[in-house]
Amino acid sequence: MRRRRGVQRWHVAVALGALALAAVASLFTGVSDLTPTDLLDPDEAQTRVLWTSRVPRLLAILLAGSAMAVAGLVMMHLTRNRFVSPQTAGTTEWVGLGIVVATLSFGGTSVFGKMTIGVAFALVGTALFVWLLQRLVLTDVVVVPLVGILLGGVVSAVTTFLAYRFDLLQSVDVWMNGDFSGVLAGRYELLWLVLAATVVAYLWADRFSVAGMGESFAINLGVPYTRVVMVGLAISSVVTAIVVVSVGSIPFLGLVVPNLVTLAMGDNLRRVLPVTALTGAAFVLVCDVLARTIRYPYEVPVGMIGGVVGGVLFIWLLLRARDRAV
Amino acid sequence: MIEIESVSKSYGGVRVLDDVSLTIPTGGITSLIGANGAGKSTLLSVASRLLPADGGRVRVDGMDVATTPGPVLARRLAVLRQENAMSVRLTVRELVAFGRFPHSGGRLTAEDHRLVDEALAWFELGPLADRHLDQLSGGQRQRAYVAMVMCQGTDHVLLDEPLNNLDMRHAVQMMRMLRGMADELGRTVVLVVHDVNVASCYSDRIVAMREGQLVAEGPTPELMTPELLRKVFDVEVEVHELAGRRIGVPWS
Repeated sequence: MRRRRGVQRWHVAVALGALALAAVASLFTGVSDLTPTDLLDPDEAQTRVLWTSRVPRLLAILLAGSAMAVAGLVMMHLTRNRFVSPQTAGTTEWVGLGIVVATLSFGGTSVFGKMTIGVAFALVGTALFVWLLQRLVLTDVVVVPLVGILLGGVVSAVTTFLAYRFDLLQSVDVWMNGDFSGVLAGRYELLWLVLAATVVAYLWADRFSVAGMGESFAINLGVPYTRVVMVGLAISSVVTAIVVVSVGSIPFLGLVVPNLVTLAMGDNLRRVLPVTALTGAAFVLVCDVLARTIRYPYEVPVGMIGGVVGGVLFIWLLLRARDRAV
Repeated sequence: MIEIESVSKSYGGVRVLDDVSLTIPTGGITSLIGANGAGKSTLLSVASRLLPADGGRVRVDGMDVATTPGPVLARRLAVLRQENAMSVRLTVRELVAFGRFPHSGGRLTAEDHRLVDEALAWFELGPLADRHLDQLSGGQRQRAYVAMVMCQGTDHVLLDEPLNNLDMRHAVQMMRMLRGMADELGRTVVLVVHDVNVASCYSDRIVAMREGQLVAEGPTPELMTPELLRKVFDVEVEVHELAGRRIGVPWS
């Protein structure tokens, strides 16, 4: 009677296997020589490469990838729009502005300052987006993300202007474009905070599902709608800010991954959220391994690969949606 | 029992509910009737705390709906609105299971699963249980929503136009199911109904409204008179006795 549809257990098992394989590939991809056999009898240099660069990089990828995908999933649910994600709501651009403001106030070295101001700007920006949505009567689902992209464009212009005036243009480029090559032990640990945020999102998964059904359903089921929406959007904003400050923005991650997963599995967040996290991690991992091998021994920023891969997937999603509608 | 005490509500200067007082007794089906814009849906929304009242108060089993904590009230009163544009892709079973949320907070017990199966069976949704909502017809979806509300297991069930989207067969089926909920499960069912003859055939009591005010309320046969229907709907209605039921015929 309880026939399982869509994704099944063995799908998840296969995905986990693929993720593990890519993780191993990631550990042994790089300019310094390090092969699995070296681990049996590593010299000092190899140990150092492994623990100060390769392992932190892998952890950063898994943390950022899973958290950003979940942030997108939560945002998409709470705004009840499949095209809304931190990248289409302007959140990412607000973080960029926050980073520039933080740099101008505290100098370029204070990661904590960047993070605090980045989080604050992300919260304000997302709140502004939601406030706008509640005031505009928008009938078309595509107009909603357009408003976000527009808002993001304005903010990003301000960022560019500031950066130009204070000679930070090049740095802004580096900050914003997702790149894991700078990840070293001691410089990525903030990302553990996003794991905490992801766990909170999982604990609240049912509430987010109910809120996604709409306000009257939520009230009927005794769920405090406004509070749940605010908590969810705050989680998404904080995650986005920390990820962008730590490693930069990976385009389409928060948009494409949740869409692909919910397309296959439906929208029950408690079921979908763990798979979304895994898929997000896998997406970034594969993009990063590609980014390191395509032009070996040089690296391409992972944001660029993510943009290309994510863009293609996104167009495929749109075409598929059209086919289904006709 | 639902006690409505001098409730008022305005939208942008227009008074939609004007000092409405009404007691809906426990048990049976009560239908709210009235022309478009009479305030039926607004009254239902205020009574179920989907809308705050401007004045007056509503108590359900003695609990003020405006101040009682949401989860507490969600175990006593369930409501379904007329438009339920839901973009969320859930299976019918998942949707119905969310009806247990006020009781179990998402972690379903064996008892919850049994109640979900029961609600699915009651509304003949068993074969559709694993389908996504967007794969259903409008009528099937409507049944799934009502099944969710039933699964909530509340003493009071408030439904705004539950026959929306239903063809004749399914409308009759739905009304029989609601009748069963009242008779067999002892629920207090309150409906906003468009068709006065549906109200006449299936409800125990009728509440008639016009321009935001209560016109009359009482046992169904007493209210199914040409005089009252003319007053409520502004149109001549003949009332005929057919197989022991009072049927209003406006097409004369």
